[in-house]
Order: sequence, then structure tokens, then C-alpha cells
Amino acid sequence: MVTPITRAGHTHVMATRETLDIMRIRYGDAFCTSTQEAILGASTSIGDVTVSFHPAGHVLGSAQIAVEANGTHIVVSGDYKRRHDPTCLSFAPVACDVFITEATFGLPVFHHPDDRSEIVKLLTSLKQFPERAHLVGAYSLGKAQRIIALMRETGYDAPIFIHGALARLCDYYESEGIELGDLRPATIDAKDKQSFAGAVVVGPPSAFADKWARRFPDPIPIFASGWMLVRQRAKQRGVELPMIISDHCDWPELTETIREINPGQVWVTHGREEALVRWCELQGIAARPLHLVGYDDEGE
Amino acid sequence: MRPFAELLDRLVLTPQRNAKIKLMADYFRAAPDPDRGYALAAIAGTLTLKIVKPNVLRQLVLERMDEVLFRYSYDYVGDLAETISLVWEPPAESQAAIGDLALGAVMHQLETAGRANVHGLVRDLLDQLEGSSRFAFLKLITGGLRIGVSARLVKQALADMGNVDITEIETLWHGLSPPYIPLFQWLDGTAGKPELDMPAVFHAVMLATPVGDNDLASLDPKDFAAEWKWDGIRVQLANLAGTRRLYSRSGDDISGAFPDILEAANFEGIIDGELLVGGTMRTNHATRTFSDLQQRLNRKTVTRKMLEEYPAFIRGYDLLFSGGRDMRPESFLTRRGALSALIEKAAPSHFDLSPLVPFSSWEELDRLRKDPPDPVIEGIMLKRLDSPYTSGRSKGPWFKWKREPYNVDAVLMYAQRGHGKRSSYYSDFTFGVWTQSDGKDVLVPVGKAYFGFTDAELEVLDRYVRNNTIERFGPVRSIRAEADHGFVVEVAFEGINFSSRHKSGVAMRFPRISRLRTDKLPRDADRLETLLAMIGSPDSALAAPAEPK
Repeated sequence: MVTPITRAGHTHVMATRETLDIMRIRYGDAFCTSTQEAILGASTSIGDVTVSFHPAGHVLGSAQIAVEANGTHIVVSGDYKRRHDPTCLSFAPVACDVFITEATFGLPVFHHPDDRSEIVKLLTSLKQFPERAHLVGAYSLGKAQRIIALMRETGYDAPIFIHGALARLCDYYESEGIELGDLRPATIDAKDKQSFAGAVVVGPPSAFADKWARRFPDPIPIFASGWMLVRQRAKQRGVELPMIISDHCDWPELTETIREINPGQVWVTHGREEALVRWCELQGIAARPLHLVGYDDEGE
Repeated sequence: MRPFAELLDRLVLTPQRNAKIKLMADYFRAAPDPDRGYALAAIAGTLTLKIVKPNVLRQLVLERMDEVLFRYSYDYVGDLAETISLVWEPPAESQAAIGDLALGAVMHQLETAGRANVHGLVRDLLDQLEGSSRFAFLKLITGGLRIGVSARLVKQALADMGNVDITEIETLWHGLSPPYIPLFQWLDGTAGKPELDMPAVFHAVMLATPVGDNDLASLDPKDFAAEWKWDGIRVQLANLAGTRRLYSRSGDDISGAFPDILEAANFEGIIDGELLVGGTMRTNHATRTFSDLQQRLNRKTVTRKMLEEYPAFIRGYDLLFSGGRDMRPESFLTRRGALSALIEKAAPSHFDLSPLVPFSSWEELDRLRKDPPDPVIEGIMLKRLDSPYTSGRSKGPWFKWKREPYNVDAVLMYAQRGHGKRSSYYSDFTFGVWTQSDGKDVLVPVGKAYFGFTDAELEVLDRYVRNNTIERFGPVRSIRAEADHGFVVEVAFEGINFSSRHKSGVAMRFPRISRLRTDKLPRDADRLETLLAMIGSPDSALAAPAEPK
């Protein structure tokens, strides 16, 4: 599957088993008429073309799609990243003639720091402000589980409280063998408000602007996103502790991936096409923007 | 550099006062000398560095980077220093060297570099620093560090760190300089309190408590003197052993903006008074409004034209030192006698004595308070005749009794979410009043307020905003506000003046939401003409054309 295209309303869906499971969780059993499970690395013929799926490293189940027809190889990256992520398989570069890459963070400003240093920021704040609830905004699919898994990797073993919107996906990740430790619902009577002092609460970013957030004592608004790199973005959203953690490539990852794959042509989509196209031109790589109607939002 | 950079990043995004103090105090405890001293100087605005021009930085980054890619980046981020800090890629070999360059080491290199070497030095330092540190470094050398921390707040953090009273820090402050090593050694407990060479230091001022409901009933009017409370800023003027300084109430040195007053100080000692603009009583000219005084505030230097158009003077309240003699243990009456004699001999154009207000009963004084003889009076001060001058705010010796605030009924127009505890509440409100535009009545915004209401009232306001949103612009919501549908609030404020910066042409001082008027419809709210009439005094009218654009 190519992540941004996994929406309800398609007739036939071919995707990895994990992606099909996740679509079922998010959209219900009737999310499409028929499904076909893609095995990573295995080739399938559809008419005159041969299709194979390869890990993209974005979230659990995410895949790039390689298409071959008449000797021409095209790889559609979908959303991808190159960093360590304890919750999914790493991106596997696939040689091709045309590489269609995403460019969510396709500007030279995006140099995302080491994930661990961002987790340390959160841990430091927990020590500094033990009386305050730490509300971590993170997208429900992938980012939330990755933040939790990264915290567990550092040895943080206290219970982590999660918003209801995360529960089923977290359960699914656990059923796939990704250990998230002691997770508890972030729902408690008003009289127990203080029990969230010094606790980590993970939820979708939209929930923190909502009345939902009022149950927590003197909360610190935190947001885990690649966009948090730009200070004004954090300030506008009222984020006090930005965690720069992204499930997309930053600029060096994008450019290194293109160098590594060394395709004949690069088509750039989904993000800031112009800068990456410019970079390819400077490197002598043929490149062009590929605008997908309706897919230029800033989801991350 | 990294701990300092992280501190700055946190401070900029942290709205709560106490959290800021905690972040700074923790940093000061953990960071070594001289790093923390330079950090303190950077935050308090006492750091003097050679400024690097933006053009030099632009050249540096274009040595490494394609101009088109840089332009895309700069357009996206919008801030030059931040853009460069983000796009900068150290060469592979120097990345290995990133341990963490200390702030003190960076300062030392900058201080010792010749002008010709600045270009290369900045490049080398950028190569040795990681992202956030590059940002902090670039903000320091371009003089663009804005972190929303007042000098007062950073002094409070120092006080917390060393568990001392903030007045001790304020008194020492102007006798010390970066990197403040003796100060930190004292706060750490490894050395005694620093001894100052400079005599004209700031002494923490004496403050009054507001008159509460039954405070006066048990007090005898004969024990108190009353003075007008003038609407300027409280200052302390020191002239000792050849050093002259003018300090604000919190100990900020504002000498640079008031050379006229410093020059006119012909007496030795330290006086306490109100800084005002206009003519003194001794020259029979009117005292001008706070908005005129504002023309002179927050400046490092002042032009001759400003000095002529906005002449400043001090209206004396008290005498702390007469020559080298500490007057503070003396009674108010004794100090005032000495102050009166001192001002008698001082320049009439720059010094006068705050007059006493004769009264025989609290009722009489209350009447005077409600109808003061001068528009630049904002209330009454009550001072015990036998009280010594003690720093800080203790209840009993001095009271302030403010004039009643102004009130208008206004309509909520926009709302924004608050911070911290209020981050899930719409608690920052823009309100407006009616005016005519193209023959129709429309609402024009006249101010913003984010306090004055109770927690229960906030629940009501928040619910209204959520249920009556028309449009959203990022974090701001536009609220339904029509003649027959909308939310009316009573807004209390301390003063109002013309302002060319606001669409309505007026600016309120200290506005707050004093009552929710759910009993009123927006059509019953006040009109702009009502607000304009409140400005009314001749001095304010004079000030109107002089407002900056």
C-alpha cells in the first residue's frame, strides 16, 4: 500500500496483511469489495504488469510498490523514512528507472534531530515538572505507537495513558508483537485529577485543544511531529514542548535515498516538489513534479 | 552551548511565569561558570557583542548552498537566523568534533576575534554547533534574541536559585557585570555576598497594598498623610560620588533615555518619585498623560526633538539617602522634610514635590479620590507618618486607593485559546463597540482581555465561543456578533487614549472583563463615541497627532 491513498471507498484493495488489518480497524469490515494480500518481496502479475511490495519504513505495514512493464521499472515510494523505528520494518531500496518519491519535508530546512534526543527532552521535563501532566499529541496510526516504543526503549516503564482513539490500534500493534508496555485509558473521574500529575498521556493532536484535555492537572502541551522543527509552527499551535519526530524522510534522507537508488528519473509528489526537483537538476538527475489532486495536505 | 540553546527554546514556548523561573533556576544551578553568567547576560540584555550583519550570514550560507534552494527555505521559515540554523550542514569531517562547544568558549572567541576574522569565525562556529545551538548563536550575534523574559523574572530565578530575597539581587545588579562570577559563587554558597564599588546602586522600593473593604475602619486618619497617586512610572534617582543613575521600580537602568533628568540632578543622594512628562507644578505647566510619557520610555537614546516635545521631570515622593546618609530608618515626616528642602534647591523644570492632600476623615478623602483635580491622577496614596522606608510590599505602612475604573459594555468578537491551564479554553477575547460605517452600524474592535472573569464565568464564555463560531483563522475563532445575537461583557479599564495603531483609533489601559452581561443584547452595548468622550482631557487631545505610526 501507499499510505496516503489508503482511504475507504475503493473497490479492490491490494495491500500488505497489516495494512488490510489496519483498514479494517479504521473503516470497518466493509471498507472495500475485495482484498488481496501482498507478500513483501513477492511478485504478482496483473495483466501485462508485474507488481511487488517492499517495506517503506513509514508505519506498520507500509510498503512501496514496484511496477514492471515492458522492461521499465517504476517504484512508488509512498510515505517513507530511513530511520530506526521499533514499530515497523525498515525501508528497502529497490533499483528502478523511475522513482516516485514523496516530499512532505522536501526543503533543506528539514534536518530532523536524533529521535533519542527528543525523547530525552520529554524525560527531562517529567523530572523538572513532576506535578504536571505531559500531554503528547501524536497521530493515532504509527506515531503514537512509535513514541511509546521509543520511550520503552529508554527504560521508561511507568504506565502510559492513552486517549480512546488510540486503543484499538495500540492493541493491534501489540498483537503483532510490538511491545508497548503498560498502557492505560486516560479516563478517570474528576476527583482523581491529581493521579495524572507527572504522567505521560498520548492522544491525537486534535484532542488537546478539546475539552477532553481539561481533566489533567496543569498540562504541558507537547506535539510529536516533524513540523515542530520550525519554531513558529510550535508557537502557533500553543505547543510548549515540541518533539521533532517524524514518520517521513527529512531532507538528507530524501536526497540520500535518491543518490542510493540512482534512478533514471525522479518524480516528486506529495509535499514540496519544487525544492527536491531543483536539487535533482543540480545533481544532473532528470526530475519533475507530479501533482496528485487532493493529496497536498500537511498530514504527518 | 546546547543547554543554553535548550533553555531558550523552552523559555520562548513557555507562557507560565513560574515555569519560566523554574527553567532558568534549574539551568543556573546546573551550568558551570562562566557559561551561566553569559546566559544570564543574554537573557537580561546586558551582553555586549559585536553585531554581525545579516548580509555576512547570507554570504556564508550561499558559499555552501544553491541560492534557489536557500530562497525556498527562507520563504518557508521567514526568519533569517532560523533558516540558516536549519539549513546549515557542517562538512562531514567536523561533525565528528561535535561534543558541545561551551557558551563561554564561544563568547571568548567572539570577544578576541579581530573584525577581519569575523566571517571565518562565524563559519567555524556554525560548523561546530548542532541545530538549536546554531539558532541561539545566530540570534546572539545578530542581536535578535527575543525570549519574553523580563529582567525582573530572571532576577527572581536567581533569587530562587540561591534562596535569597529578590531585593538583594536588585540591589547588587547594577554593580555587577557579565559573566557575573562573584554573584553565582555567592548564590552557590561558595563565597560571600559580593562587595560593590559603585555607590549609586538601586535600592528595592517600598510598595503599597490596596485599600481593602474594612481596612480603613480601624485606622485613624490623623496617623496618615495622603498624596495623589500620579499616573507615570515610579523611579529611583541616584547621584552619589560622581555616578548618576535612573532606575525603574524593578531596578532596570533607564538612564539612557533621560539625560535631561540626570543632568539636572544637582543634589547628592537617592530620591524616590514619579517620572512624568510635561511641566512641574513649580513652573505652572500641566502634567501630561501616561501616553505622552510612553514616547520617552523603552529607548536606549533620545533625540533633542524628543527632549523638547516631551520634557520629563520627577515628582518627588521620598528620600532614601541624603548625601551618603541613609534616611530609610527615619519616619516619613522626617524624610519628607529633608526631601522638601532638597527639591527647593533643585532645578524647578525637572523636580517638584508631590503635594500632600489635606483631609480630616476617610469619607472626605473618598470624595477627593473619586473626583481628583487633575486627569493624570489615578488615586490616593496613604502613608503612615511614623513609617520608616522598608523595601517590598508589607501591609500597614502604605496603602494605595485607586480611582474607580472606567466601564463600557462591549460585544465579544474574536476568541483565542489560552495557555497552560487554559489551553483547552477560549480565554483571550477581542471585544468591540458600535460605530457608523457607510451609514450602517458595525462593530469595531477596541481591545483585548484575558482576565477579570471567574473560572465559572470562563466556562460560560468558552461554551458560548464553541457554540457560536462563525469562522476560524488558525488559533482564532470569529464569534457570532449581531445586534440581536451575541455576547455582551462589561469591560473595566484604567484609562483610554488615542492610538493610530488600532483600527478604532483608541487604546485602553489594563482592560479586563469585569462582568458578563447576559442580560443585555449586543444592540445595547456602548458606542465608539462614548469611548472617545472618555478621552476628553486637553492633554490627551494634544498627544493625538504625535502618536507614532
